Amino acid sequence: MEAIVQQFFNLAIMERALPLVLAGLEQTIVICLIVIPLGLAGGLAFAIVSLSRLRTVRWAAIAGIDFFRAIPPLVLLIFIYAGLPFAGLRPSPLTAVAIAFFLNTSSYYGEIYRAGIESVGHSQWDAARSTGLKGYQTLAYVVLPQAVRKVLPDLVSNTVEVVKLTSIASVVALPELLYSADMARSVTFNSSPIVLAAAIYLVMLWPIVRLISRLERRVAA
Amino acid sequence: MEAWSRFLDTFFNWAVIERYLPAIMKGVVVTIEIAAAVVVTGTLLGLALAIVRTFRLLAVNALIVVFVDMFRALPPLVLVLLVYFGLPNIGINLPSFVVLWLVLALVLAAFAEEIFWAGILSIPKGQWEAARSTGLGFLGTLAYIVLPQAIRLTVPPLTNRTIAITKNTALGTVIGVGEILNQATTAQSFSGNATPLMMGAIAYLILFIPVVVLGRFLETRFVWRRV
Repeated sequence: MEAIVQQFFNLAIMERALPLVLAGLEQTIVICLIVIPLGLAGGLAFAIVSLSRLRTVRWAAIAGIDFFRAIPPLVLLIFIYAGLPFAGLRPSPLTAVAIAFFLNTSSYYGEIYRAGIESVGHSQWDAARSTGLKGYQTLAYVVLPQAVRKVLPDLVSNTVEVVKLTSIASVVALPELLYSADMARSVTFNSSPIVLAAAIYLVMLWPIVRLISRLERRVAA
Repeated sequence: MEAWSRFLDTFFNWAVIERYLPAIMKGVVVTIEIAAAVVVTGTLLGLALAIVRTFRLLAVNALIVVFVDMFRALPPLVLVLLVYFGLPNIGINLPSFVVLWLVLALVLAAFAEEIFWAGILSIPKGQWEAARSTGLGFLGTLAYIVLPQAIRLTVPPLTNRTIAITKNTALGTVIGVGEILNQATTAQSFSGNATPLMMGAIAYLILFIPVVVLGRFLETRFVWRRV
């Protein structure tokens, strides 16, 4: 018991690691502020293209979504970070993370939007068009608001996944929350800094996870 | 033409492919083994927890909810590092693939419990009452009436979640599990060529595109549940 407390809940070590871990948290927040809006925008683009009247365009969009859903994000990240230099491009860790996350999260968000848009009845389109709204206006003012409402739990839930996923940026030495905590761990030979990082993730995400559970029940009911 | 052949040389180098194909294949086998172990143990544990939750024992359910929430809120890589580097210091030494399996199975169990539980809750009370009135006991009702209907509803979300968590086997590379990504990065640094990374990416595509397409099929087959 004593050993467990020493090894995982060592307050003295946590206190020493705190400044480093907080700097990591800041970097994690910066990554989130970059990749979440990018993913939401890219996802919307994917979804709109996948609704195209041209079959080839539609299929290409869906193939793109499935392609990036099939590749583990860490594989994509390492491919971009370690593979592109061979082609003469040297992305910084942050650029590599932004590109990898853009491709990965856009495809997930895209699939969610697509399901939402498809669940809005076709009569909504017809009715909106018959009032004189143009196609893009129908999408923006009539269909999307209803679609987003329907898939809101999924959008929020995917956003939680994106925040959690930022931890893989540590693999390309981007000094975010997990990377900083792991640095502190390797210096102190003690896991308490990682427990501290885990606690920070919990504080950030637990309320949202609770919220999702409630949202999901309400929409399902 | 020059640039094209240089591109092929760096990303699709035949000599490199021949040399490292066996290593990548070994990685594929490890990935499949861990993925299968995670899927089986994770979904079964999740189902077991959801069933325990139907007994509505206050203290037990509180524990389940805390477990589920924690494993849904924590990034899997944090858990992997915590278990892998933390346990040896308190005298527990687990091989790295066991650590990966354990963490991913628990994460999947947490998500699966939540999905199964939502499925069970979505079965109308009348079903329970009608079944009980025919003389079926609580467990009989659960096993023959409620679960068969509930599990049907859970197939699409559970499939998608399972795919997402199975892809996390790539995290094993961080703690040296010899799965696809690990083999690919090792081969890349030995050969000084990007071809192994390409091979690894293609191996994942071959493994996962069929499952992703299956997930999409199941989703249309079992219909978008939210009206």
